[in-house]
Amino acid sequence: MAKKRGRGVAAVNYPTGMNLGGDPTQALVHATTTGNFVVSLSSVDLGQGMKSIIAQICAETLGVPAERVIIDTADSDTGPHCMGTFASRGTHRIGNAVIAAAKEARGVLMEVAADLLEADPADLRTDGMGNVHVVGAPGVSVSVTDVALAAHFQKGRSIAGRGMFFIPRSFPSPTDGAMKPSTCYAHACAVTEVEVDTETGEVDVLSLKCVYEVGRALNPKIVEQQLVGGAWMAMSHALYETTEPYYPARDHGPADFNEYLMPGFGNLPKVEIRIIERPAPDGPYGAKGLGEMCANVPIPAIANAVFDAIGVRIDSLPLSPEKILRALQAGGDDTHRNS
Amino acid sequence: MDINKNYFSDERGEDFKEIGQPRQRADTFGHVKGATQFYADRNVAGLLHLCMVRSPHHHARILRIDTSAAQRHPGVKQIITAKDVPHNVYTVLNLINFGPEVEPVLAFDKVRWRGEPVVAVIADRERSAQEGAALVRVDYEELPAVFDVEEALKAGAPLVNEYHGQNYYRYDSGESRKVKLGDVETALREADYILEERYDSSPIEHAPLETTGCIVVPDQNNRLICYTGTQAIFFTLDNASIILGMPPHRLHFVGGTAGGGFGGKVDCTVEPITLLAAMLTGRPVAFIYNRYEEMQISSPRAAERIYLKDGVMKDGRIVARQVRLYVDSGAYSRHSPYGTQKAAAHFPGPYTIPNVQIDCYCVYTNRTPSSAMRGFGVTIADFALEVQMDKLARLVGIDPLEFRFINAYRDGDMKAHHQLTEGAALIECMQEASVWANWPVDPRVLRMSSRERRTG
Repeated sequence: MAKKRGRGVAAVNYPTGMNLGGDPTQALVHATTTGNFVVSLSSVDLGQGMKSIIAQICAETLGVPAERVIIDTADSDTGPHCMGTFASRGTHRIGNAVIAAAKEARGVLMEVAADLLEADPADLRTDGMGNVHVVGAPGVSVSVTDVALAAHFQKGRSIAGRGMFFIPRSFPSPTDGAMKPSTCYAHACAVTEVEVDTETGEVDVLSLKCVYEVGRALNPKIVEQQLVGGAWMAMSHALYETTEPYYPARDHGPADFNEYLMPGFGNLPKVEIRIIERPAPDGPYGAKGLGEMCANVPIPAIANAVFDAIGVRIDSLPLSPEKILRALQAGGDDTHRNS
Repeated sequence: MDINKNYFSDERGEDFKEIGQPRQRADTFGHVKGATQFYADRNVAGLLHLCMVRSPHHHARILRIDTSAAQRHPGVKQIITAKDVPHNVYTVLNLINFGPEVEPVLAFDKVRWRGEPVVAVIADRERSAQEGAALVRVDYEELPAVFDVEEALKAGAPLVNEYHGQNYYRYDSGESRKVKLGDVETALREADYILEERYDSSPIEHAPLETTGCIVVPDQNNRLICYTGTQAIFFTLDNASIILGMPPHRLHFVGGTAGGGFGGKVDCTVEPITLLAAMLTGRPVAFIYNRYEEMQISSPRAAERIYLKDGVMKDGRIVARQVRLYVDSGAYSRHSPYGTQKAAAHFPGPYTIPNVQIDCYCVYTNRTPSSAMRGFGVTIADFALEVQMDKLARLVGIDPLEFRFINAYRDGDMKAHHQLTEGAALIECMQEASVWANWPVDPRVLRMSSRERRTG
């Protein structure tokens, strides 16, 4: 009967988007009368903040503030096709489609602005605050609101754009499996410390430090929220969750949250995150998908830390107290450390 | 959270207005105040409720279905059996060429897992629907069932799914998706050490707060509006159109805000039958999984069994890796053949190993069909791979983190699936972790770069 501590490490990568490609997404962007911009999609926000990220991407491309971008999703009558929100694809695929649409809309915006300012469109720049300026002519500018009003009511122009992003499907070779699963990969390394109670078999995760390489953190706050949430899910997967505790037997399947155990807030360690960025050449402003990877890397790190603590391997998920106690009874000792 | 901008700074511009801004998520306040509208937040006049009669057996022949008592129950408006479903046997991945069609919307000749839908009862109140469902009588003849992936592949095992004809998904590469690089047999013979290990996982649930479901409302123009929590609007609409034999222009899907998905809301298990119920009754219909259905009926993450056999040299180089993966797809395909293939593309992990052989099997058993879940094809593979890396390091007597540096993939390295590595950054993640988490390693590996080819 003792509490034993150990630490473990794991490192992983993760492909962005549907395996082998073939997963298109489209976006439409148009300006309202007063120069707000509506992004029409059929993409789904699962709670990860897709709408906010897409608004920031669109705003950056158009050169206007993010609060002027309105996300309209998901209605099959108005939104163009999106394959769906899964496979760590949302930011990458939707983001690229929105950049394409916003570029086309920006082109019209600049043409109308150039007309109003009696300048060449190539000499104009946006300030990200809702104005268009003539480069080299301080004070000569027009607001995006006035450009949109003029487009609607004087010039008869539609400030709008269509965007599409598609990676053609790769088909694996039937003989040697040659294929192109993805165009970019995110990376991660986790280090964790655990304490194992050898009387109860319970594992307490004391600390979890995760380094993620994400291409570019488009919105660091949302990146952090998703990565911390994913780390909790991974902890839960590693130590608690299963719908079939005696798999492959079908007995004792939990029916609700009283029986399907997950860590409570009191069980959670402080999850610390550090980001590094190697931009993906085909990512929207370099971003890669990180939605799934973050729920992976802590799992083996925890399993390795449990071994480091008690000297017994449990090679079956989840590492439940019952499995840990049975493994200890079966004779955990240091000879296992070499196998 | 910190961003260390020192890595790869020569590959990035930083001149942005919106990108990189830590803005508050726009939907946060709606979510935390309970004001956000989800699919179930529809107060529709005259709403009917659908309750599913499900198989109590893991594997059984259906002898007789008697709905007469349920039909007479007060409040019951409609009963649907397999014969009412225009295109009853389907496969969601047909849209991206992962046939054949193998799964009935409602079972008719036999049931293949405990919980399989057999009869839908639609009534004016939830309770009436449940009472009506309890009055449906189905006579079964139980059949032998198989639950273990390797048992299922043995000769003489009960056949789970006649549409497949065997208990595995047949790829164009045969009984498994195969990847081969180099010569594994020779490399294993010449390795200093061999380590062969087995890893297992059990199914887990996505456990979203909002359970799977939808509400369908007939509109005034002979169209059906489906309010749904699906993660894929058109994928679900297109599949529903096929199952219902209905032109897609009659379907109008509204969603976009899901109360948690994690891959659990891409199976199209509720929308087609609810659309059919609304069509047959001319009334709005809700079908919303209760928590038990979410736990035990909705597709879980597949259980997996993985065998890894590695050859490693005394200096820490892994020279061969042989992988056998068995994915427990349950009784039907759903997204598991895709996930199994994704695993074949993921092994042998982010390491450069010159000799690799991978066989990934998608296996049918008599359990709840598994399907998509956050990271499927990769999550359990990473568990097995990274525990194996720890064991290998200890076997050769090298620090586990340092051991990963020795084998980490770098730009230009050949991957098992015959692609050159691009954009690698595993080494840099490990360098940052080493320094930050105070896990000391040889200073030489802290000077490595993913952009420099390995020497020697």
